[in-house]
Amino acid sequence: MSDLLDLLGSSAYWVAVLRIATPLILGTLGVLWCERAGVLNLGIEGIMVAGAFTGWLAVYQGLPLWAGVAVAALTGATLGLLHALLTVGLALSQHVAGLGITLLATALSYFSYRVSFPKVNTPPTITPFAPMDWLGLPVLSAQTPLTLLALALVPVSAWILYRTPAGLAVRMVGENPQAAEGQGLSVAAVRTSAIVGGSALMGVAGSFLTLSAFNAFFFNMINGRGWICVALVVFASWRPGKALIGALLFAFFDALQLRVQQMGDAGIPYQLYLMLPYALSILALVLVARRATYPQALMKPYRKGER
Amino acid sequence: MVDAPVLRLSGITKRFGALVANDNICLALQRGEVLALLGENGAGKSTLVSILFGHYIADEGTIEVNARPLPAGNPRAALDAGIGMVHQHFTLADNLSVLDNVVMGTEPLWRLRSQRAQARTHLIEVAQRFGLSVQPEALIGGLSVGERQRVEILKALYRGARILILDEPTAVLTPQESEALFRTLSQMVQEGLSIIFISHKLTEVLRLSHRVAVLRQGKLVAQAKTADTNQAQLAQWMVGHAVDAAPRRPAQSVGPTVCDIDSVSTTGGLRGRLNRVSLALRAGEIVAIAGVSGNGQAALAQLLCGMQAAASGVITLQGEPMRASPAWLVSRGVARIPEDRHTVGVVGDLPVWENVVSERLRSTVFSRGPWVRRAAARQHAQRVVDTFDVRGGGLLGPARSLSGGNMQKLILGRALLPPPGEAAPLLIVAHQPTWGLDIGAVAYVQAQLVAARDAGAAVLLLSDDLDEVMALGDRIAVMHEGRLTEARPHGQWSRESIGLAMAGAAHAS
Amino acid sequence: MHLEKRSSTSATAFLLAPLLAVLVTLVISSLLVAWAGAPVGRTWGLLLQGAFGSVFAWSETLTRAIPLMLTGLAATVAFKARLFNIGAEGQLYAGALAAVAVGGLHGTEGLPGPVWVLFPLMMLASAVAGALLLLGPALMKARLGVDEVVTTLLLNFIVLLMVSAMLDGPMKDPTAMGWPQSVALQGELELTRLIERTRVHSGLIWALTLALGLWLVFKYTVFGFNVQALGSNARAAAFAGVPVTRTVTLVALLSGALAGLAGAIEVAGRTSYVTLDMSPGYGYSGIVVAMLAGLHPLGVVAASVFIAGVLVGADSMSRAIGVPTYLADVIVAVSLLCVLVATLLTQYRLRWR
Repeated sequence: MSDLLDLLGSSAYWVAVLRIATPLILGTLGVLWCERAGVLNLGIEGIMVAGAFTGWLAVYQGLPLWAGVAVAALTGATLGLLHALLTVGLALSQHVAGLGITLLATALSYFSYRVSFPKVNTPPTITPFAPMDWLGLPVLSAQTPLTLLALALVPVSAWILYRTPAGLAVRMVGENPQAAEGQGLSVAAVRTSAIVGGSALMGVAGSFLTLSAFNAFFFNMINGRGWICVALVVFASWRPGKALIGALLFAFFDALQLRVQQMGDAGIPYQLYLMLPYALSILALVLVARRATYPQALMKPYRKGER
Repeated sequence: MVDAPVLRLSGITKRFGALVANDNICLALQRGEVLALLGENGAGKSTLVSILFGHYIADEGTIEVNARPLPAGNPRAALDAGIGMVHQHFTLADNLSVLDNVVMGTEPLWRLRSQRAQARTHLIEVAQRFGLSVQPEALIGGLSVGERQRVEILKALYRGARILILDEPTAVLTPQESEALFRTLSQMVQEGLSIIFISHKLTEVLRLSHRVAVLRQGKLVAQAKTADTNQAQLAQWMVGHAVDAAPRRPAQSVGPTVCDIDSVSTTGGLRGRLNRVSLALRAGEIVAIAGVSGNGQAALAQLLCGMQAAASGVITLQGEPMRASPAWLVSRGVARIPEDRHTVGVVGDLPVWENVVSERLRSTVFSRGPWVRRAAARQHAQRVVDTFDVRGGGLLGPARSLSGGNMQKLILGRALLPPPGEAAPLLIVAHQPTWGLDIGAVAYVQAQLVAARDAGAAVLLLSDDLDEVMALGDRIAVMHEGRLTEARPHGQWSRESIGLAMAGAAHAS
Repeated sequence: MHLEKRSSTSATAFLLAPLLAVLVTLVISSLLVAWAGAPVGRTWGLLLQGAFGSVFAWSETLTRAIPLMLTGLAATVAFKARLFNIGAEGQLYAGALAAVAVGGLHGTEGLPGPVWVLFPLMMLASAVAGALLLLGPALMKARLGVDEVVTTLLLNFIVLLMVSAMLDGPMKDPTAMGWPQSVALQGELELTRLIERTRVHSGLIWALTLALGLWLVFKYTVFGFNVQALGSNARAAAFAGVPVTRTVTLVALLSGALAGLAGAIEVAGRTSYVTLDMSPGYGYSGIVVAMLAGLHPLGVVAASVFIAGVLVGADSMSRAIGVPTYLADVIVAVSLLCVLVATLLTQYRLRWR
């Protein structure tokens, strides 16, 4: 028990928590924007893979790190545009379109990686973001600038969502698209913008892994983090502040299981610890299920003129 | 001197595939005028105003507002031109506040900060000017139907609408709320607004409007100053031939109680609650329940259709306690006609024949063990289709391709015509059975219900059409806020007393 | 741009749509091949040859198609009832593990009993394992309204970790040189080969029979009607007396069981062991199979052969001229999206403002 308290007191632990939380914050915000506009974006897992790959590739080709982040965002935005075309333009099933995009983005990324680096045994590396020693704050100094970006985007998202006309428009198309149409808004334009923006965030979330947490692109790098973000959005009741809390809570337990694994008894197989994040996500969903106030138009395709 | 009309529609034509919804319609609206757009269901009224507001684009024709052409298919352009629309099914987001709903779309999207304080002040000012009360921060989800309609109206007035379109505004209001609405409308006219309202209620039209335009099957068949017409004339224009009021056919012989509802209450949500409702349904009699929809009729229908169980109280069917199971009810001879034929009455993607036998598939008539007896099922479906004249697509076409009237006939036939070897239904639960049908189909459905009654069934009719209630009900009860008045014989009610009971006054229970 | 429902589905649209889908898939994949620096025509030739060019090629394709048929049927059953079972991958592994648990050689001998008892028991165990795995998310959806997509997805990861733990521990093969694999299946319990010196096994018969059976169920049984009504319009189905919870439960059990059987048949027919990489995403590909087949059980057979052909052909082609095998995954993903769009366009017309 005292081991545990020592662990929680060590700053290294909290550094890990923030590091693990960063892609989750970005990804969850991305899903939040899409779902607030009424669209379930199951392409997140694939978009994160694609963002991780393209961002890293851009840096490998010589671009500065922030340009790599921009490339990842652009990749996410493009995939988001495809998703919007399928689900908003063509009103296809959001589940299947999203899964199709995950499959496509993942396959394209792996294919491109193999074509670019056909015969490598160890993955090629880049120089990732450096920790922000100049900041002088505990725990935060050990993070990279992308973490600051993620943390800053939470209040920014909340502001846009609740205090600006654009945010109100997004919320309205997610609650009652007919009402939005009747007030002169283009539901298609607002939804597409929300999906593209949210997907850009997902791309950046992916790039965090290759440009900050690690310095190379691996297969199976994302490993379900995208799905966890989808669960976290429900847990967060579609609110940016709660999304941050959810991501931090999750990262807390994820970091914990890593550490406990290292100091734990040999009797418990390590796989059990690795299961914890996924099991916790399911638990979170179950706990919140009853009280969840969904955006009312979520997952209902809107066909203009069909009344 | 004649002013230029504030609104002019010229040659508006709109087709949906083979159906001509609007056929070369020409109308003009003067300033300060109330124009009633009258017509049966399906005549093209809603299509026309949707074109006006920009939800649809007309295939031919032009619209001019204050002599300037209006861009088509653009609600924003319509709003900017001063046209506001109060939709029949309110376009409000439940999870957002009144202010949110009103303000949305009025500020440019690139603005970094929404100016809510100013908006709130402006909203309150507009509300006061037109004599409406408003709570800007209230969530729509918690408002009553009348309050929601006021928000719909305020949305238009807030944006400075000078031409207001109201689509069947009194369909969901009590007589008292309707009066309040009429006062608001006259206030608007005094402020110089011009109003188009859609209705199929002749009394309203005669009372409120300066002019009437009648649509029939997409064409504008008549226009007149309201003062120059009367109810009979309007009805004739609407239907195309002289309409005789069908003579009432009272019940001949009333039998024993088939279903007894004793002090039943329900909990729960959107459907409204029931509060210690008691009613006895007897063979050979139609009990009609009047009331503005939303007062608990849906809860009662849900109970008797087996979709919900009562929280307290007892319902017995021929002495047996009633079970909340559609299959059980069907097997005991209960025929159910749901309110929403498209989303509850049929499974649209499945073929017509499967929908006809859907309620009885589990019985031995149409199944042998796990297997469906397809031949027997199709045979019965054909009988139903022939007897009830269900047209469109044959047995194999998907049910959603049927028109509203034919779909209702399918549902009626399914409920009323028993399969070979089964007895005729002993209780019929009909929830808004004629909603959205044209006059011919309405007459057919009503005749079927009367015929079933004459054959010995007990009929419960829930309808928000007062005319229908008075025409069919042998006994009438009124539902208000979950409470049911005593079911008194037809002769003991008048329109006035029913209207009062609908609003909650004169509680006799 | 908006969609307008067609008044009638024209026959030309119906035929043109899948053709268009194939064409677009071909174009996009060819662009990728060209980018990889390989000759496009030759690549396609090698792919087709590797998939369908010889008896051996066919046998490989059919072998790969077997688990796809089963996971495809699993997805078809579930999706028809609007139960989005994305957990077939985990259910497959669970079924495989259960099969080996019952039929494996623990020590030097397996469980006692004659083959005609053990074999059905083994199959039953795998079906039950898969079924139970899906039951949880299905009940969570029915009782609590928890979206089953995320729960089944997350369960996949959990199951795979569980299998890994089992392979490191209780079910470890004592003879394997450190490579994580399970105990082997008893020889007598393996499925027979259909064609000599190929890997095609009698699991194919199982899969085809199940496809036929499922088609009969949907067309001729009350349960089949219940499922279709429920998936199409749950409220109307409830109103008509369809027992909703019971139907959803049965659908979940059936879908999970089919995916579990896929795992058992893979073990009994192809691998004899359970390894962590025995399924290259069959569970997920099964969803693509089901969508391509339009949720029709017989169409699943054709779609699974198509996708298996793409996978096998790409492997063979890749060995010959080096275009990465991920090309197959791209082709599959693009086909899915193209077929979705094409199907939509048969029912709706695209109207530009």
